[in-house]
Amino acid sequence: MARLRDFSAPEQEHHLQKIRELPDFGATPFVPGPPLNKRRVAIITTSGLHARGDRPFDIGAADYRVIPGDTPAADLLMSHVSVNFDRSGFQEDINVVFPIDRLRELAGEGVIGSISDFHYSFMGAAPIRALEPKARELAALLKKDRVDAVLLTPV
Amino acid sequence: MGALGHYIEREGIPTAQISLIREQTAAIKPSRALWVPFMLGRPFGAPNEPDFQRSVLRALLSLFERPSGPVLEDFSEDAPAAAAQEEGFACPVSFVPVTAGGRGLARAMWEEIAQLATWYSLARKRRGRTTVGVFGATVADAARHVASYVDGAPDAPPVAGWSAGMAVKRACDDVKAYYYEAVAAQPGNLAAKAVEDWFWRETAAAKAFLAIRDICLKSDDESLKPLGKLSLIPRFVTDGLNRAQQEQHTT
Repeated sequence: MARLRDFSAPEQEHHLQKIRELPDFGATPFVPGPPLNKRRVAIITTSGLHARGDRPFDIGAADYRVIPGDTPAADLLMSHVSVNFDRSGFQEDINVVFPIDRLRELAGEGVIGSISDFHYSFMGAAPIRALEPKARELAALLKKDRVDAVLLTPV
Repeated sequence: MGALGHYIEREGIPTAQISLIREQTAAIKPSRALWVPFMLGRPFGAPNEPDFQRSVLRALLSLFERPSGPVLEDFSEDAPAAAAQEEGFACPVSFVPVTAGGRGLARAMWEEIAQLATWYSLARKRRGRTTVGVFGATVADAARHVASYVDGAPDAPPVAGWSAGMAVKRACDDVKAYYYEAVAAQPGNLAAKAVEDWFWRETAAAKAFLAIRDICLKSDDESLKPLGKLSLIPRFVTDGLNRAQQEQHTT
């Protein structure tokens, strides 16, 4: 369904315009790592997810929220400002956006080494350049947590 | 999403991302990406489909085993669609057709909320959770705020530091989440699109949101203006309104 050609003409134009406005990211970095079954995995979602009681995201927010890995599903809310994506899937099952239960299963089976104690959430509608300093800050935290596989999941 | 991948990988941490719009990802060229053909909002395919979610997750994780990049791979399997009712859905709760503005509109929304209460409680019990709670503790908190706008006397934001715009946006999100969660508990298995169409075409709440959108567009408050353009009403609804207005002008 999310094939660009399946969108309405105005919707297609919206997404194509976003492509036209992209900055030049330069060469793609590619960092090697250990085998998958030795890796420590963290999720960074851009779904505007946060723990109940934490600050909701503002329009244009480029900051992030910390999601402790043991946060119960009942305490996860979404305050993304966009109204142009489905939320009913998330309302039914957090794993459709934030696959923490699936990740735990794969860790249990030894497919991955371990799961980070903390995960993070941005709000995807943030201005791209504004994300860079926050991403650097976050990378420092991830390194301290010995994370060597970050899963980036959009909405 | 692709931008974050660049920034984090540049700091020395391997990343792999889900891509929902392939053209955007192809333009950004992140280190590792798995394009999936799912609807926006569902990067792991479908709710309550653990086997399918695992297959997406495993395909994503497998990108870490590639020797070089950038990698942009396609996950070509469509998300499982439960035998869902796609269209023609009429909510068994019979709402009164909404023609009134102002107080009549707010009253109609309160009436809908009352009629959906049993379904909402059932959904909450079955799922063990609710996603209502961004604005306040209950849907009533949010609905009061929405009603205050429709009634022409907007309440102040409930939290210090919240702009008027963010407060009313969060109130609308909570009201909408309540309706979506409630209707999902009714018999039948509704497709996401059917619920969306029902909400935006048939409910007083959606009409209240449209009224708030008009207030935002005319407002001098800098926090309300962007809501009118972008963040209250989905593009498929505003595109339809724009088309209808153009047709009115040309006939």
